[in-house]
Amino acid sequence: MNARSIALTVNGRPVNGTADVRTTLADFLRHSLRLTGTHLGCEHGVCGACTVLVDGASVRSCLMLAVQAEGAHVRTIEGLAGPDGELHPLQTAFRDKHGLQCGFCTPGMLMTLVEFLEENPDPAEAEIRDAISGNICRCTGYESIVAAALQAAAEIRERRR
Amino acid sequence: MKPPPFDYVRPESLETLLSTLARLENAKILAGGQSLMPMLNLRYVFPDVLVDINRVPGLAGIRLEGDRLRIGAMTRQRAIETDPLAAAHFPILPEALRLVGHRQTRNRGTIGGSLCHLDPAAELPTVALLADATVEIAREGGTRTLSAAEFILGYMTTALGQDEVLTAVSFPLWHRPHGYSFQEFARRHGDFAIASAACLLALGPDGRIERVAIAIGGVGPVPQRMPAAEAALAGTRGEPEAVARALGFCDALDAIGDFHGSADYRRSVARSVLRKALGDARDRAAAAPTGPAQ
Amino acid sequence: MRAVGRSVPRIEDPALLVGKGRYVDDIALPGTLHAAFVRSASAHARIAAIDTAAAAGMPGVHAVLTAADLRPVLRSLRLPLGASPTSSENSSTPFVLNGHEAAYVGEPIALVVADTRYEAEDAAGAVFVDYEPLPVVADARRAVEAGTPAVRTELASNLLNRMMVAFGDVDEAFAKATHVVADELWQHRGCGHPLEGRGVLAETRPDGGLCVWSSTQMPHDLFHTLAGMLGLDENCLRVVTPDVGGGFGPKYCIYPEELAVPAAALLLGRNVKWIEDRRENFLSAVQERDQYWSLEVATDGDGRILGMRGRLIHDQGAYAPKAVNLPYNSASAVTGPYVVPAFAVEVLIAHTNKVPVSSVRGAGYPQAAFAMERMIDLVAARLGIDRVAVRARNLIPPEKMPYTKPLKARSGAGIVYDSGDYPACQAEALAAAGWHDFPRRQAEALAQGRHLGIGIANAVKGTGRGPFESGVVRVAPSGRVSVFTGATAMGQGLATALAQICADELGVRPEEVGVIAGDTAFAQFGLGGFASRQLVTAGSSVHIAAKAVAAKAIRAASTMLDLPEAELELAGGEVRGRGGSNRGISLAEIATRLRGAPGYAFPAEIEPGLEASIQWKTDALAYANACHVAEVEVDIETGHVGVSHYIALHDSGRLINPMIVDGQIKGGIAHGIGNALYELMGYDEEGQPLTTTFADYLLVTAPELPRFETLYRETPSPINPLGAKGVGEAGTIPAAAAIISAVEDALRPFGVRISQTPVTPEFLFNLISKARAKQRAEREMPA
Repeated sequence: MNARSIALTVNGRPVNGTADVRTTLADFLRHSLRLTGTHLGCEHGVCGACTVLVDGASVRSCLMLAVQAEGAHVRTIEGLAGPDGELHPLQTAFRDKHGLQCGFCTPGMLMTLVEFLEENPDPAEAEIRDAISGNICRCTGYESIVAAALQAAAEIRERRR
Repeated sequence: MKPPPFDYVRPESLETLLSTLARLENAKILAGGQSLMPMLNLRYVFPDVLVDINRVPGLAGIRLEGDRLRIGAMTRQRAIETDPLAAAHFPILPEALRLVGHRQTRNRGTIGGSLCHLDPAAELPTVALLADATVEIAREGGTRTLSAAEFILGYMTTALGQDEVLTAVSFPLWHRPHGYSFQEFARRHGDFAIASAACLLALGPDGRIERVAIAIGGVGPVPQRMPAAEAALAGTRGEPEAVARALGFCDALDAIGDFHGSADYRRSVARSVLRKALGDARDRAAAAPTGPAQ
Repeated sequence: MRAVGRSVPRIEDPALLVGKGRYVDDIALPGTLHAAFVRSASAHARIAAIDTAAAAGMPGVHAVLTAADLRPVLRSLRLPLGASPTSSENSSTPFVLNGHEAAYVGEPIALVVADTRYEAEDAAGAVFVDYEPLPVVADARRAVEAGTPAVRTELASNLLNRMMVAFGDVDEAFAKATHVVADELWQHRGCGHPLEGRGVLAETRPDGGLCVWSSTQMPHDLFHTLAGMLGLDENCLRVVTPDVGGGFGPKYCIYPEELAVPAAALLLGRNVKWIEDRRENFLSAVQERDQYWSLEVATDGDGRILGMRGRLIHDQGAYAPKAVNLPYNSASAVTGPYVVPAFAVEVLIAHTNKVPVSSVRGAGYPQAAFAMERMIDLVAARLGIDRVAVRARNLIPPEKMPYTKPLKARSGAGIVYDSGDYPACQAEALAAAGWHDFPRRQAEALAQGRHLGIGIANAVKGTGRGPFESGVVRVAPSGRVSVFTGATAMGQGLATALAQICADELGVRPEEVGVIAGDTAFAQFGLGGFASRQLVTAGSSVHIAAKAVAAKAIRAASTMLDLPEAELELAGGEVRGRGGSNRGISLAEIATRLRGAPGYAFPAEIEPGLEASIQWKTDALAYANACHVAEVEVDIETGHVGVSHYIALHDSGRLINPMIVDGQIKGGIAHGIGNALYELMGYDEEGQPLTTTFADYLLVTAPELPRFETLYRETPSPINPLGAKGVGEAGTIPAAAAIISAVEDALRPFGVRISQTPVTPEFLFNLISKARAKQRAEREMPA
């Protein structure tokens, strides 16, 4: 064990933890911080289930060491809804459009789309498909996810007006 | 699929980094980690130490230096993809980057990491070779500069020594405007290419091809320039016969086969993507406003 | 407003959308140790020695366990035959750990238990296994040839089973045929790949028993297997299926790891968790793989099918965790929605040195549909008749429903298609797809050098397999309505559908109903999740149980309010007088009353508890049907296939929640497109797997897919009280056949025939290149 203490901000709250230097950020979030909403689907950087935002950018948390997140702002699925529990437009849209079935890819999908829609709140369907090309879903055939992203984008645009 | 045990150091200055590299054995440099981390998780590699260079200042950034675009090795791929300088002066780079992995990997992955990993199908080494880029390398007590051709030694093998680190890549700019195209065929969006073709092309005032560079990725153990094809096109107007002659040289490409494509198939796909790249680059060159060479 | 038939939002979603799902790896128990398996690196080898000494001394390691170490807590080292009436082992069931002869790469040999998964993997890598190589058989066709070495030395033959699936007089059919077409087909299905792999957490209990959480489709089968194998008192054992991150078939098996991990927990007296990683999933979760078909079809001059005959070689992999139902499914389903008067297919089930085979979404049906639909396209091509006309001539007409295929289902009951109008479905799908206009579009594109193609495939799927499923509906004194069932939810939305069914009978809203599926502490009996069965079987039980609870509530209220039952109604969670004149009495009050109080009088002629338990039984299957039409474009320079348009018409009986149904169908289509174009589990001749990452084994992603246009007809099934038919697999079954039909159509200028899936770009490129070379040679031949 080659442990380091790590201080970072997770979902807006300062967090201190200890991890072996080889611990991935995903395992640190899941097992040390008990934020189990971030899922591991492949652990080799292809499926996208473990996607979280690090300093605002979507990353695969299986491909980052926890120790590398020292000082960073990490946002996970647990931090997506508002502090009062109000769902993010994407969460609402995923429910409305049946954008999830088993729910395992969902946190990664949502975090990927959060970043994407912040940059591009008026995307074409093809752009959404491109944006989620690094996230595998075995359940939905993606169509309902695309529909949910379109609905959320419209809601986000509405709120910005 | 958890990484094996290793020690971890995170130098916070170039000097510390270089002295660290000088004293360590069996160390791996951790840049963006988008290739190294999967290899660790799969336990394909067992380094004693990871040297994390993410907090070494001065290694990231994009700037114009005379007639070159210089990009720090730790510049994230996504940053280059969206950089206005790159778009204005070297647009093939963002075009190629849009085909690199996925948004989440480009947010972490770096240009230097991709060059040092040197996957045969990776887009960035192909562009570096295409553009006669030079790489800047540092070690304790010195630096050196290599051309891309000198840097690329063989299958996933670079000229970088154990005690060295890639610090920047510098692309000589073509006179503006020029035609360019990066085309590839991959099984799915974001996959490594079966074959890719990169092309830079400039037309003279008479509409003839004044200068052309072609590089092919994904086919052989390393990216390949196609000097014979370039020569076949130079001075022509890119007539069908000239293009056909150039494409014919795809049959002579060094090719290796694997589960995703045989050597012959990769050559055939190279021909297809090169045809598209040549057409695209020529059209862009023709459409570009004419101006003095830069 | 009634909930059934409406796309009500899922009750599963609120937790899943905020990261509060509870999958097996999310469950943290204090003091849990973590397991990693040592797996065979060889496809076939005698294990001469296993040296665990170095591993045992590594940091964090609590134990390195081999088969010999587990033996004291196991009744046998060999698993019983899964999902079978007898639950006995045989010479093809897998081992919990194999210490003597490995038969596929990935077979579990030893188990490391350590403080962390990281340390467990370190130690697993340090276990030294001495392999003495034995001959490897990687091809099922070779496996059944005389003289081929045994896949396992304990076997006398690699042929696990040989059966004849036949009806009618085939010889006569072929004797009087005008045309006979023949082909050799290969279909490769690949893997299930739920995003969540398998996983087991075994908690040791103070009474010496266990609570086991497993990401399985079969909690009750696992419960009985554990009780038997570990010799545990059933009263000291509980098996729980938590949230499951997708099933898709592979979690229908009971696995060695599901025995080894609880056995290790018992041995060590500690909680032990094992979470399958993706590489392990590639190496050890069942795959449903290759079938090789040789088929002949006899027709009259108009393309009417007179008979079919042939042979099917089914690659069973190294072991058979379950009975050989799957190839029987294929052979008995091949005639699909068509009238075939005579049929004879010999089925050979062959062991190979590869990952064991059991169901993946569709379970033998996609191969059957592929074989049949490809043969019909061949008939059409040979006879010069339009593909859809040949189909229309052979589809079972609606007036023949219910239609009996002269074959037996697993239960022994006849195969009876209960309902549906197949010709009307085909006609509607074709109209929606613009089929008859396609030749014009195709010709226009071809003039520009683009190769478009259109394809069609029909399918039927028997759904709702019995013999029963449990459904308990209970109203607690708090008023909380709960449904308990042994049917397993793997992410499809079963809880919502059952809540809708229950809610309608009790006059509450679906979100007021809680559903617990797949927990042996709550449902004593259950069969699990497979064969598109849960909604049909558990739904029927819940429907009947909820009706019974409603009736009981009214009966009790009648006593409590002293009003005749006929004057009472149940609505909005309370029983009140019709017309609303009387004070209502809530379900909570009734449940409180029916809870009883010590010594006080209890309503006469009413059993305690506001609940009902129903085990709805069935031997029959509800047959769903579908017609898919796919449009593709093939790039002849690379062999790339783009799917440009996809129409799917499904008749899945009465739809309980159309939104959920549509999600199942579309996900199924994506899976089928993957099977047609992307998913290929590669092995070399030495049985070494070549695709063990998601970078090599390609799952379809969003940009590769078009929007799917889905259409529904609702022919109620007469064999269950809901009128429902299952939908979990129906979308997958015809998809690969439709895609390949379209690809072949696109390549019509080259005259190629495609008899396999998947087709990779390189495969198509080579096919095209060969055809063009032949065409050139023919052109250059002197006249």
